[in-house]
Parts: sequence; C-alpha cells; structure tokens
Amino acid sequence: MTFLTYLISGISLGSVYAIIALGYTMVYGIAKMLNFAHGDVIMVGAYIAYCVMSYLGLSPIVSVIAAMIVCTLLGIIIERLAYKPLRSAASLAVLITAIGVSYFLQNSALLIWGSATKIFPTVVAGDGVSLFGGQVRITAVALTTILTCVVIMIALTMFIKMTKIGKAMRAVSEDKGAAQLMGINVNGTISVTFAIGSALAAIAGVLLCSAYPNLMPTTGSLPGIKAFTAAVFGGIGSIPGAMLGGILLGIIEIFAKAYISTQLSDAIVFAVLIIVLLVKPTGLLGKQIHEKV
Amino acid sequence: MSKLVPVPSKSMIPERDLGKIPVLETRHLGIEFGGLTAVSEFDMTIGRTEIAGLIGPNGAGKTTVFNLITKVYQPTHGTTLLNGIDTYAMNTMQVNRAGIARTFQNIRLFQKMSVEDNVKVGLHNQTPYTMAEGVLRMPRYWSKERQAHERAMELLSLFHMEDMADVPAGSLPYGAQRRLEIVRALATNPSLLLLDEPAAGMNPSETAELMENIRHIRDTFQIAIMLIEHDMSLVMGICEGILVLNHGKIIAKGTPQQIQNDPVVIEAYLGKKKEG
Repeated sequence: MTFLTYLISGISLGSVYAIIALGYTMVYGIAKMLNFAHGDVIMVGAYIAYCVMSYLGLSPIVSVIAAMIVCTLLGIIIERLAYKPLRSAASLAVLITAIGVSYFLQNSALLIWGSATKIFPTVVAGDGVSLFGGQVRITAVALTTILTCVVIMIALTMFIKMTKIGKAMRAVSEDKGAAQLMGINVNGTISVTFAIGSALAAIAGVLLCSAYPNLMPTTGSLPGIKAFTAAVFGGIGSIPGAMLGGILLGIIEIFAKAYISTQLSDAIVFAVLIIVLLVKPTGLLGKQIHEKV
Repeated sequence: MSKLVPVPSKSMIPERDLGKIPVLETRHLGIEFGGLTAVSEFDMTIGRTEIAGLIGPNGAGKTTVFNLITKVYQPTHGTTLLNGIDTYAMNTMQVNRAGIARTFQNIRLFQKMSVEDNVKVGLHNQTPYTMAEGVLRMPRYWSKERQAHERAMELLSLFHMEDMADVPAGSLPYGAQRRLEIVRALATNPSLLLLDEPAAGMNPSETAELMENIRHIRDTFQIAIMLIEHDMSLVMGICEGILVLNHGKIIAKGTPQQIQNDPVVIEAYLGKKKEG
C-alpha cells in the first residue's frame, strides 16, 4: 500500500511539473525559443499569492486569480521587452537573454521580498481522502493538484483545437510566413502564448508552494529546470508530451526518493532523461522535424 | 467556354473596368538585395475582375514580384497602390487584410492541421469573436464557429473537397494540396488573388480543369487574379493581359495574341536567332 501512496504523490508532483512544462512546450512550439525565465515566473506567482493572502488577508481563490493576472502581464511584458526585439536574431542570443531575464526576476524578488524563506500558507483546506481503511491517504493538496492538472489539460486541448486563436497558434507554429500571409497577427499570437503559459505558471506556483511551503527567490529554478526536462522528455513542442513527461518525471522522482536514495533522486531523474534521449532523441511523443529546404 | 474580354494593349485594364479604380497598381516598383537589382521599374495595373498572367524564364524575378506586392520583401523603390491605397507602411498581415491573398510555388499548407482547419485559418479575420468568448464558450463563439464551418465547407465545395475536410492537409495528393491552397487563400476574402504556379506538377487534364476553376472563381467572387505560370496553354487560355519579365524588367505587355507574336519575348525564351 505504501507503493500506492508513493504513486499518488508522484502523480501529484508530476502534475505540477506538467503544468509548468506546458508553458515551456507551448512557447517552444510557437516562438521556437526556450524561455528559461519560465521557472521564475512560477516564483513570482507564488509570491503574489503569498502577499495577497498574508498581507491583504484575502481568500486563496482571490490570491490565485491575482497571481494569474500579474503573471500574465509579466509574461507579456517579458516577451515584448526582451524577446520580441530578438525575433530574427540567432537562437543563442535569445537563450542568453532568457537566462538574463531569469536572473533579473530572481534578484528583483530578492530586492522586494528579501532572502528570508517565507512559509506559504495552506491554500487547500480539508483532510483529503482515505482509501483501503486508512492505509492509503491522499492529501487535499495532492487531490487538488491532480484535478487542476486534468482540467487544465482538457481546457487547453479544447482551446487549441476548437477556437480560432488556437488554430492561429497551430498555424504560426507550423509556418510563420504563411500564417502572416493568411492575415494572422503573428506577434499577437506569440503574446497570447506567453500569456497562457505565464497564467499556468502562476497556478503551478501556488500548487507547488502548497505542497512544499518554503518560498524563496530561487524557489522556481529547480522545478523550472525539471519541467523543462519533462517537456524534452515528452517531446518538446507537443502538449500531450509535456503532460506525459511531467507526470512520469514526478513519479520517477518520488520512487527514486522512496526506494533508492533521497540525495540521488535528482541525479536519477536526469539520468532517465539522458537514457530516453539516447533511445528516442525526439522525446516520447515528439515527431521527427523535417528541415525545409 | 466564356468569351475572353478584349484587353487594351497598354494598361491591361479590361474595358468594362475602365471607369473604376484598378485593384492593384504598381509604379516603378523594384528591389535591390545588397546592390544586386532583382526587380526594377515594375509598372502594371490590374483591373477589378481581370485575370492577368506574369511569365518569364526561370530566375526572371516573378516570385520576387509577388513577394514585393505582399510585402514579404519591403520594396526599395516605387509605389504599390491596392484599391487606390498606398501599401508602403503595411506589413504582410495588413496587406492580406487589405485584400491580397496568395498561394506558393512550393506548397506551404499547414501540413499537420486538417483540411477544414487550414481553410479556417484563412477565415480567421472573418470569424469575429474575442478570446474570452472563445474560452468561455459564449453563444457568439458557437454561432461564429458554425458560420466559419459552413463557409469553409462552401469554399471546399468549389473543388469538391468537402469529404476530405477532416484529413490532415499533408496527406492529401499533390493536386489536391494545390487546390486547397487556393481555397485557403480565397477564405481570407481577397480582392486580388495571386497564384504562384498553380498548375505546377499537374497533368494536362488537371490543368484544363484548373483553368475552368480559375475562371469560375473570378466569375463567382468577382475578384482579380494574377498568376505566375510556365504552362503556356493555361496562360494563353485564361489570361486577359500578360506581362513578360526577364532579368527583373518587364520586356513586354499585352494580350495573349500580342505576346505570342512578340519577337522580344521569343528571344527571351528561345535565345537570339542565329545570323546568316
């Protein structure tokens, strides 16, 4: 029964990774860039939610919405100021800029909120669920996280498949030039992508800090890197891939912690990534990219 | 077959359109790439419902002209007037919204998307609902999406492609991909349709059908069509006015009859007659 407990907490952690990985994979799919500042947007989201709850004393729901609004704006501003001027620059320049934005956000957070660890208040009330006569317990946070992840996945898939903005996003991801010639606003579409990714990052930040309540300016970096790993693991650019990669990564991490070694768990996670990429370089659900001549 | 409309030799405007503003007019249009002149002094006028042809040997700059008109390249010289409006400050997207749609020499469909979704991308700007209405599935989302679906099906029926609506565009046969590109371009509601080698890779019977279709599109949508084509039977068969381009310059303008008998054109295509 402990196996089942570990599995559920793995899925729960993996759900957070999956939500973050969606941001990485969508931005990569559409703007063809790796937004390494994405992890730090999570941290900003968590701080905003913390402030709204602790200083303003408002309800968790309001705090999540506030965090989403702030992160959406932050995502759009980052894209406009840092990435848009580099639209036609070499991809290395964009990558370095993204790392710069990441440090900028971390140090701004350090300046505003200080280096002391903040203890994130509980967002999810309730005792959770007990199964098999109390042998397996699912915490309310884990349950909320998993459910949120499922809802986001369904909503996002429907949005991308069935609305005109979703179709514009797919068109831009396949061929920017042709999309533009069909009257699609490519810059606007990229902005929308950053906005959605950042709003999801805010949700991920709140969920992450609900499960692991230590909030610091560097809180977002390791989950960010792991979610990026998850996106590559599942096949970067693919939305179901990000989901699958995230959840598998969470399960592997928790199992490695439980059955092998707590210290080595991260090393094991990344070792699995290396093995998967050796066997299938495009990731689990990634497709071979044919270069156009 | 409908009768061809006689075209005045110089301006290429069919007689019935003479009183109106031409759909497209270029004056001294040209572009240099780092000192190399690709196209220069490109002057032309297309009437509101004219079918115009742009021909010339390989490398003459025909696709470059399309790229200039659609602002894929910003011209270094000259002016383009679309429905009487200067397109200088517009970008590619704005030019499309102002009324120019095009297809590509090497097909550029959204391969992974379905046939219907490709057409719906073209319909993007004719599907007016906001992002919030789309996310929250408000009534306007449903009604506008249903309209888009009906319009997409109607456009696909031009080429009898309705039953392929759910197939990924990339898996269509070659000829059908070319036809889908035309449908997608038409979906953007253009007043001028640019076709870049629409008959490339088609067999003679497909080409003949395409000819009928192009004429049918012009008649039903009442739009102007300009096409680049190497297939002379198609160009001579449907174009009311023809422009011949060589080394980035217009070397001849006129009706198919005039072009066919123009010694300058024959020389550009076949080389100079040997003396003696």
